[in-house]
Amino acid sequence: MSIELDGKSYETDEEGYLVNMGDWNDALASAMAREDGAELDSNHWEVINFLRDYYEEYQIAPAVRVLTKAIGKRMGKEKGTSKYLYELFPYGPAKQACKYAGLPKPTGCV
Amino acid sequence: MPQIKKFLYVNRKAPHGSIYALESLEVVLVGAAFDQDVSLAFIDDGVYQLMLNQNTNGIGVKNFSPTYRALSDYDINQIYVEKESLELRGLKQEDLLPLTWEDEDEDWAEKDSIQVVSSEELGDIIDKQDIIFNF
Repeated sequence: MSIELDGKSYETDEEGYLVNMGDWNDALASAMAREDGAELDSNHWEVINFLRDYYEEYQIAPAVRVLTKAIGKRMGKEKGTSKYLYELFPYGPAKQACKYAGLPKPTGCV
Repeated sequence: MPQIKKFLYVNRKAPHGSIYALESLEVVLVGAAFDQDVSLAFIDDGVYQLMLNQNTNGIGVKNFSPTYRALSDYDINQIYVEKESLELRGLKQEDLLPLTWEDEDEDWAEKDSIQVVSSEELGDIIDKQDIIFNF
Protein backbone atom coordinates (compact mmCIF):
# COMPACT_ATOMS: atom_id res chain seq x y z
CA MET A 1 0.00 0.00 0.00
CA SER A 2 0.98 3.62 -0.31
CA ILE A 3 -0.19 7.16 0.16
CA GLU A 4 0.10 9.77 -2.60
CA LEU A 5 0.96 13.41 -2.02
CA ASP A 6 2.00 16.05 -4.57
CA GLY A 7 2.76 13.41 -7.17
CA LYS A 8 4.97 11.41 -4.83
CA SER A 9 4.15 7.99 -3.46
CA TYR A 10 5.02 6.92 0.11
CA GLU A 11 5.02 3.27 1.12
CA THR A 12 2.72 2.22 3.97
CA ASP A 13 1.87 -1.11 5.57
CA GLU A 14 -1.55 -2.75 5.24
CA GLU A 15 -2.92 -0.61 8.09
CA GLY A 16 -1.66 2.67 6.65
CA TYR A 17 1.41 3.16 8.88
CA LEU A 18 4.42 4.68 7.11
CA VAL A 19 7.08 2.08 6.32
CA ASN A 20 9.94 4.60 6.36
CA MET A 21 9.75 6.97 9.30
CA GLY A 22 12.08 9.33 7.46
CA ASP A 23 9.37 10.00 4.84
CA TRP A 24 7.26 11.83 7.39
CA ASN A 25 6.39 15.51 7.21
CA ASP A 26 3.50 17.75 8.33
CA ALA A 27 1.79 17.68 4.96
CA LEU A 28 1.88 13.90 4.88
CA ALA A 29 0.26 13.75 8.33
CA SER A 30 -2.53 16.01 7.11
CA ALA A 31 -2.95 13.88 3.98
CA MET A 32 -3.26 10.70 6.07
CA ALA A 33 -5.89 12.40 8.23
CA ARG A 34 -7.84 13.55 5.16
CA GLU A 35 -7.96 9.94 3.94
CA ASP A 36 -9.74 9.13 7.20
CA GLY A 37 -12.05 12.12 6.71
CA ALA A 38 -10.40 14.15 9.49
CA GLU A 39 -8.88 17.63 9.57
CA LEU A 40 -5.98 18.20 11.98
CA ASP A 41 -6.22 21.17 14.32
CA SER A 42 -3.81 22.46 16.96
CA ASN A 43 -5.10 19.96 19.54
CA HIS A 44 -4.30 17.07 17.22
CA TRP A 45 -0.86 18.48 16.51
CA GLU A 46 -0.13 18.79 20.22
CA VAL A 47 -0.62 15.02 20.59
CA ILE A 48 1.18 14.15 17.34
CA ASN A 49 4.20 16.25 18.32
CA PHE A 50 4.19 14.74 21.78
CA LEU A 51 4.28 11.25 20.28
CA ARG A 52 7.15 12.14 17.98
CA ASP A 53 9.14 13.55 20.91
CA TYR A 54 8.38 10.45 22.98
CA TYR A 55 9.55 8.18 20.18
CA GLU A 56 12.69 10.22 19.69
CA GLU A 57 13.54 9.89 23.37
CA TYR A 58 12.48 6.31 24.12
CA GLN A 59 12.41 4.62 20.69
CA ILE A 60 8.87 3.36 21.22
CA ALA A 61 5.37 4.60 20.71
CA PRO A 62 3.69 4.61 24.12
CA ALA A 63 0.66 2.48 24.97
CA VAL A 64 -2.57 4.45 25.23
CA ARG A 65 -2.58 4.28 29.04
CA VAL A 66 0.91 5.75 29.15
CA LEU A 67 0.05 8.38 26.56
CA THR A 68 -3.02 9.50 28.52
CA LYS A 69 -1.06 9.85 31.74
CA ALA A 70 1.82 11.68 30.10
CA ILE A 71 -0.44 14.11 28.22
CA GLY A 72 -2.21 14.93 31.49
CA LYS A 73 1.08 15.56 33.19
CA ARG A 74 2.45 17.75 30.45
CA MET A 75 -0.63 19.54 29.11
CA GLY A 76 -3.04 19.67 32.01
CA LYS A 77 -5.44 17.28 33.67
CA GLU A 78 -8.40 18.10 31.42
CA LYS A 79 -6.46 16.77 28.43
CA GLY A 80 -5.16 13.66 30.17
CA THR A 81 -8.38 11.71 29.81
CA SER A 82 -9.41 8.96 27.41
CA LYS A 83 -12.53 10.98 26.59
CA TYR A 84 -10.55 13.98 25.36
CA LEU A 85 -8.11 11.83 23.39
CA TYR A 86 -10.81 9.64 21.85
CA GLU A 87 -12.69 12.75 20.72
CA LEU A 88 -9.57 13.88 18.88
CA PHE A 89 -8.72 10.42 17.58
CA PRO A 90 -11.87 8.31 17.42
CA TYR A 91 -10.05 5.28 15.99
CA GLY A 92 -7.99 5.05 19.17
CA PRO A 93 -5.59 7.79 20.30
CA ALA A 94 -2.43 5.74 20.30
CA LYS A 95 -3.13 3.91 17.06
CA GLN A 96 -4.49 6.78 15.01
CA ALA A 97 -2.21 9.51 16.33
CA CYS A 98 0.86 7.29 15.88
CA LYS A 99 -0.16 6.69 12.28
CA TYR A 100 -0.36 10.43 11.54
CA ALA A 101 2.90 10.93 13.45
CA GLY A 102 4.60 8.49 11.10
CA LEU A 103 5.47 6.08 13.91
CA PRO A 104 5.08 2.32 14.02
CA LYS A 105 1.98 0.88 15.64
CA PRO A 106 2.32 1.22 19.42
CA THR A 107 3.91 -1.57 21.41
CA GLY A 108 1.47 -2.92 23.90
CA CYS A 109 -1.53 -2.24 21.75
CA VAL A 110 -4.14 -4.75 22.92
CA MET B 1 -11.18 -8.22 40.64
CA PRO B 2 -8.72 -10.97 39.77
CA GLN B 3 -5.82 -11.45 42.12
CA ILE B 4 -2.62 -9.60 41.28
CA LYS B 5 0.25 -11.96 40.55
CA LYS B 6 3.96 -11.43 40.86
CA PHE B 7 5.66 -11.64 37.48
CA LEU B 8 9.43 -11.77 37.09
CA TYR B 9 11.16 -11.48 33.74
CA VAL B 10 14.66 -12.94 33.87
CA ASN B 11 17.10 -11.62 31.26
CA ARG B 12 20.34 -13.54 30.77
CA LYS B 13 21.59 -12.70 27.29
CA ALA B 14 23.56 -9.87 25.71
CA PRO B 15 21.32 -7.23 24.12
CA HIS B 16 22.26 -7.71 20.50
CA GLY B 17 23.12 -10.76 18.43
CA SER B 18 19.94 -12.56 19.39
CA ILE B 19 16.33 -11.52 19.63
CA TYR B 20 15.90 -12.43 23.32
CA ALA B 21 16.48 -9.03 24.92
CA LEU B 22 14.20 -7.08 22.59
CA GLU B 23 11.50 -9.77 22.72
CA SER B 24 11.61 -9.74 26.50
CA LEU B 25 11.27 -5.95 26.58
CA GLU B 26 8.30 -6.07 24.23
CA VAL B 27 6.56 -8.77 26.26
CA VAL B 28 7.15 -6.69 29.40
CA LEU B 29 5.61 -3.60 27.79
CA VAL B 30 2.62 -5.48 26.41
CA GLY B 31 2.11 -7.32 29.70
CA ALA B 32 2.21 -4.03 31.61
CA ALA B 33 -1.34 -3.36 30.40
CA PHE B 34 -2.59 -6.06 32.77
CA ASP B 35 -1.72 -4.26 36.02
CA GLN B 36 0.27 -7.06 37.61
CA ASP B 37 3.20 -6.82 40.02
CA VAL B 38 6.06 -6.85 37.53
CA SER B 39 9.79 -6.98 38.16
CA LEU B 40 12.79 -7.58 35.93
CA ALA B 41 16.04 -9.36 36.72
CA PHE B 42 19.29 -9.06 34.80
CA ILE B 43 21.79 -11.87 35.25
CA ASP B 44 24.91 -13.11 33.40
CA ASP B 45 25.39 -11.33 30.05
CA GLY B 46 21.89 -9.91 30.55
CA VAL B 47 23.46 -7.08 32.56
CA TYR B 48 24.85 -5.71 29.28
CA GLN B 49 21.27 -4.91 28.24
CA LEU B 50 21.27 -2.01 30.69
CA MET B 51 24.65 -0.57 29.67
CA LEU B 52 24.88 3.19 29.20
CA ASN B 53 25.93 4.66 25.85
CA GLN B 54 25.14 1.70 23.64
CA ASN B 55 25.85 2.33 19.99
CA THR B 56 24.64 -0.15 17.39
CA ASN B 57 25.64 1.77 14.26
CA GLY B 58 28.31 -0.75 13.41
CA ILE B 59 26.01 -3.76 13.49
CA GLY B 60 22.98 -2.36 11.70
CA VAL B 61 20.37 -3.07 14.36
CA LYS B 62 18.18 -0.71 16.34
CA ASN B 63 19.55 0.53 19.66
CA PHE B 64 16.51 -0.10 21.84
CA SER B 65 18.27 0.67 25.13
CA PRO B 66 16.53 4.10 25.50
CA THR B 67 13.29 2.14 25.83
CA TYR B 68 14.33 0.84 29.27
CA ARG B 69 13.99 4.45 30.44
CA ALA B 70 10.29 4.31 29.53
CA LEU B 71 9.64 1.40 31.91
CA SER B 72 8.71 3.74 34.75
CA ASP B 73 5.95 5.21 32.54
CA TYR B 74 4.56 1.67 32.49
CA ASP B 75 4.77 1.51 36.30
CA ILE B 76 7.66 -0.93 36.19
CA ASN B 77 10.21 0.14 38.75
CA GLN B 78 11.56 -3.03 40.33
CA ILE B 79 14.66 -3.85 38.35
CA TYR B 80 17.15 -6.23 39.92
CA VAL B 81 20.70 -6.59 38.68
CA GLU B 82 22.82 -9.40 40.05
CA LYS B 83 25.91 -8.09 41.79
CA GLU B 84 28.11 -11.07 40.96
CA SER B 85 27.31 -10.79 37.23
CA LEU B 86 28.31 -7.12 37.26
CA GLU B 87 31.55 -7.81 39.14
CA LEU B 88 32.57 -10.69 36.89
CA ARG B 89 32.32 -8.32 33.93
CA GLY B 90 34.17 -5.48 35.67
CA LEU B 91 31.03 -3.32 35.75
CA LYS B 92 29.53 -1.01 38.36
CA GLN B 93 26.04 0.40 38.72
CA GLU B 94 27.39 3.71 37.30
CA ASP B 95 28.00 1.88 34.02
CA LEU B 96 24.27 1.19 33.71
CA LEU B 97 21.40 3.38 32.57
CA PRO B 98 20.26 5.65 35.42
CA LEU B 99 16.71 4.31 35.58
CA THR B 100 14.43 6.19 37.95
CA TRP B 101 10.77 6.48 38.84
CA GLU B 102 8.67 9.03 40.70
CA ASP B 103 6.91 7.87 43.86
CA GLU B 104 3.40 9.30 43.85
CA ASP B 105 3.01 8.49 47.55
CA GLU B 106 6.07 10.54 48.50
CA ASP B 107 5.37 13.77 46.62
CA TRP B 108 6.85 12.41 43.39
CA ALA B 109 10.27 11.83 44.92
CA GLU B 110 12.66 10.46 42.30
CA LYS B 111 13.93 6.99 43.17
CA ASP B 112 16.27 4.47 41.58
CA SER B 113 14.52 1.65 39.77
CA ILE B 114 17.66 -0.47 39.66
CA GLN B 115 18.64 -2.44 42.74
CA VAL B 116 21.91 -4.34 42.68
CA VAL B 117 21.35 -7.53 44.65
CA SER B 118 23.51 -10.53 45.50
CA SER B 119 22.87 -13.91 43.98
CA GLU B 120 21.43 -15.03 47.31
CA GLU B 121 19.04 -12.08 47.57
CA LEU B 122 17.94 -12.68 44.00
CA GLY B 123 17.22 -16.28 44.94
CA ASP B 124 14.81 -15.05 47.61
CA ILE B 125 13.18 -12.68 45.13
CA ILE B 126 12.74 -15.53 42.63
CA ASP B 127 11.22 -17.69 45.36
CA LYS B 128 8.45 -15.17 45.95
CA GLN B 129 7.22 -15.02 42.34
CA ASP B 130 4.06 -16.54 40.95
CA ILE B 131 5.18 -16.48 37.33
CA ILE B 132 8.68 -16.38 35.86
CA PHE B 133 9.61 -15.74 32.25
CA ASN B 134 13.12 -16.64 31.13
CA PHE B 135 14.76 -14.85 28.23
